[in-house]
Amino acid sequence: QHLPALTALSPFPEFPYFIHIHAMKVKVLSRNPDDYVRETKLDIQRVPRNYDPSLHPFEVPREYTRALNATKLERVFAKPFLASLDGHRDGVNCMAKHPKSLSTMLSGSCDGEVVWNLTKRECVRTLQAHEGFVRGMVVRFCGTSFFTVGDDKTIKQWKMETPGYGEEEEPLNTILGKSVFTSIDHHQKEGVFVTCGQQVDIWDEQRSSPIRSFSWGVDSFSCVRFNPVETELLASCASDRSIVLYDMREATPLKKVIMNMRSNTLCWNPMEAYNFTCSNEDYNLYTYDMRYLDKPFTVHMDHVSAVLDVDYSPTGKEFVSASFDKTIRIFPKDSGHSREVYHTKRMQHVISIKWSSDNKYILSASDEMNIRLWKANAAEKLGLLAPREKAAVNYSQKLKEKFQHHPQIRRISHHRHLPKSIYSQTKELRVMKEARRRKERNVRKHSKPGSMPVVTEKEKHVVTVVK
Amino acid sequence: MIDICLFCNQPPTRYWERTEEDGKNDGKKQKEGDNNEQTPQQNNTRTKKGGNGRSIYPFPGSAPVPEEKLKKFRRGVKGELPPRPQYKLRDVVIRSEAASDLAQKQNARYDLMLPEDAGFLEGDEDEDTCTISQDDIVDAVDITAGAKYFNLTLSQFGPYRLDYSKTGRHLLLGGRRGHVTCLDWQSKQLMCEMNVMETVNDVKWLHSEALFAVAQKKWLYIYDNKGIELHCIRKFNDVLRMQFLPYHFLLATASATGFLQYLDVSVGKEVVAICTKAGRLDVMAHNPHNAIIHLGHSNGTVTLWTPNQREPLVKMLCHQGGVRSVAVDKTGTYMVTSGMDKKLKVYDIRAYRPLQSYFLPAGASCLSLSQRGLLSAATGDIVQVYRDVWGIPVTKPYMAHRAKGSVWGVHFCPFEDVLGVGHGEGFTSMVVPGAGEPNFDGLDANPYRSAKQRQEWEVKALLEKIQPELIGLDPSQLSQVDHSTWEQRHEDRVQVLGFDPLAKEKFTPRLKTKGRSSSGKVEKRKKQVAHEDQRDVIRQTVEDRMKIDKERKEKEKKKAAAAGQKSALDRFRK
Repeated sequence: QHLPALTALSPFPEFPYFIHIHAMKVKVLSRNPDDYVRETKLDIQRVPRNYDPSLHPFEVPREYTRALNATKLERVFAKPFLASLDGHRDGVNCMAKHPKSLSTMLSGSCDGEVVWNLTKRECVRTLQAHEGFVRGMVVRFCGTSFFTVGDDKTIKQWKMETPGYGEEEEPLNTILGKSVFTSIDHHQKEGVFVTCGQQVDIWDEQRSSPIRSFSWGVDSFSCVRFNPVETELLASCASDRSIVLYDMREATPLKKVIMNMRSNTLCWNPMEAYNFTCSNEDYNLYTYDMRYLDKPFTVHMDHVSAVLDVDYSPTGKEFVSASFDKTIRIFPKDSGHSREVYHTKRMQHVISIKWSSDNKYILSASDEMNIRLWKANAAEKLGLLAPREKAAVNYSQKLKEKFQHHPQIRRISHHRHLPKSIYSQTKELRVMKEARRRKERNVRKHSKPGSMPVVTEKEKHVVTVVK
Repeated sequence: MIDICLFCNQPPTRYWERTEEDGKNDGKKQKEGDNNEQTPQQNNTRTKKGGNGRSIYPFPGSAPVPEEKLKKFRRGVKGELPPRPQYKLRDVVIRSEAASDLAQKQNARYDLMLPEDAGFLEGDEDEDTCTISQDDIVDAVDITAGAKYFNLTLSQFGPYRLDYSKTGRHLLLGGRRGHVTCLDWQSKQLMCEMNVMETVNDVKWLHSEALFAVAQKKWLYIYDNKGIELHCIRKFNDVLRMQFLPYHFLLATASATGFLQYLDVSVGKEVVAICTKAGRLDVMAHNPHNAIIHLGHSNGTVTLWTPNQREPLVKMLCHQGGVRSVAVDKTGTYMVTSGMDKKLKVYDIRAYRPLQSYFLPAGASCLSLSQRGLLSAATGDIVQVYRDVWGIPVTKPYMAHRAKGSVWGVHFCPFEDVLGVGHGEGFTSMVVPGAGEPNFDGLDANPYRSAKQRQEWEVKALLEKIQPELIGLDPSQLSQVDHSTWEQRHEDRVQVLGFDPLAKEKFTPRLKTKGRSSSGKVEKRKKQVAHEDQRDVIRQTVEDRMKIDKERKEKEKKKAAAAGQKSALDRFRK
């Protein structure tokens, strides 16, 4: 009967179970289930959290198990091949991305045909652009017209719009050159484009003769590219095994680096535009810093035959290369080895490659008249992701990153099935390289100290830099 | 928690931290306000009694997080940053440390908002809490909490062993003479009851409340919660004690023949059978922190086992005479043992060091540790609960209770202030305030989960089942750098390349013009650099030595202080 008075003395009158009796203080856990279960079936379940580490034992082994599962699932879901765009009647020689429309892509084949493809995976427009090979094509930065060069020594400018019913397919402009053009690229902002053949020519769109021509020694050029950021700079690959840099505003080329073997194409890094990567005949790719050409800062090895084309992802973190060994490889920009290799049974020598502007797809054009569409990230789920799905993907990505060096996870994530020929060739190349290295080591061991300096892999492939 | 840093970028300050300086600034601002020369930043700063008469906002910045809360969520120690030339690695390390700092802070903030507080029991000034009876507690608390004290009179088939499920909702009782029953003890709903017509040595829930294992006279049986026999496992014979490792899905059993066996309950295969060569094994516990099995033996030793090694990891001599019971706390720091020598001992099992030793007149037959570190010890028919046995020596129990029969098994219920006692006359559920963890994690063990949630949890738990190979003394070893392997690989690499790619470049002095590059000068500069390096090394060693010296001196001082009173002979000491 004295209870009420004592309850009033309690410092916490809002707790009904907290009462003084004989001055004893007691509190026992007593949860109200209403706080922990949902009110109606239409609600989502309540999940109270407590992040106390002692309630979550075995944090690391559980994370490791999750990472292992995520790695295995990634390999299970790795299905990169999406579609094959067929319709060409000869090998596809070049491709061009549309700067404004993600769904449009242009391709030029060896029989002088230009086919348009949409991501509906169908050909939209076909036109006979040149007689003989279409060597290069580029879409103007505004996306309203495009240029092609071919073996018939002409540069043609075409409208992007399909001609109306009854209208003839006619180029807007045709320029007849003196020699065969091998490549073309357009300025990022101005009506200027550049072609290469026996020399590098810079053209104004309004004129029929080049406003400037560069040549440095007698040679022919295979590829020329504008720098995407410093828009007046150019780089070209020449058949005398050199890569030449130009400034459009100057009368003479800037400098060139001569390598052991010829480079086929090059591509500027769109984010760090002082870097470019060139695909070389000696099975490697080289990433150079434009300012320090005396040695490449990364040598990317893995291909087992000449590399024919290279293209950067729009994020500038990775690039994709096409090779004569019938595979495509994806390299992180600062890693010496590829993270991914794509091949199919029917794909022949891959001649041209493009990374789509939304960073999701890769297009490869190969000898056997097909253009193939690949996912840039083999295990990625396409389409919209629910927020929880996205969170789960991010979480497993982070876990894979965290445990990537553990042997089991490393083995699973690095394993790729390769065609037998490439597998054996890789092995053979490895043996050869190892033998060469061993010999060098032995020679060094038996010669005067310091007379055989150590030449790193990066330094090996550069002959000289000329300014 | 609302982040209230809208108006300023200053570090969080509180109104009680205001000093005289602020007052001065106020005055200054007032003047400035009169002169109309306020800068925009000053305009943004809220002043207590500014020129415009605005009042100060007392809680600028985000609220500070208490240091001890932050400490609770700290994982590992911060290492040194890699040197500047390794800028990529350095960047990665800086970013990941920033991320983990943020996570730690957010966790600590979230911890402040947890809904429940732990229970407690405090007596009068001159009243011992151990004299407070269960009835008094039940009278004092609310009805639902009071209903947690109850007795089940089962005098026919006792004495009883018991086990609570991981969520603490379900109770499993196994009578020595074959009575097995499981029930939802809070709603008192019976799930199944049966008599297996055989001696029952031990009972154990498996990962969820749908399955349990019963060690019977000969074989090990697995039943579902309807009481249907699912498996009779003949590979496991004469089992006396069982432990379930929930994250590994392993059922560890100790048998009368001296075998320690592991059963993977997710695939139903025996993982390993270890002959311990230590006779009858009837004392067993597992360390919830690293899933190591502790076995107590009749010669007074406690041995630690993993499924990966046929020999014990550690052998500790704990008692004179046999070990009667072993318990390990949740964090894996302390082990409590009781032996035939009537002693109760507390060990630090990270350092294998005895911390406390108590003498109990009757000796303790069963031990159990609660989530918040309460220790229950059964002596005959009395259950005593001790608080904080590893801190300062305890003289009196925290609570005590007399059961109706001699006690056969005690077990704290997870997430509840309840101690289950199985004895000769049935089962007693005792209220022990402050025993259980007040806030559970809904994704780990949720007492209020629905059937659907349980199914989803089960799938997730099975997906992240830890392989038995990963059991070891330090569970976080997997995330540490394997230095020896790295060194080996580096050596191999050097062997293959023929030179060391990570070798530090030797200092070669630059050729200086204007007569400073005579060979003597160059040599001098070289030496200077070499000395600089050497000096660093020396400085480091001297510092280390001084630190060690200081520690030693302090220790000696303490020892001297502990040695206590001055003796008459001290005057002769130097």
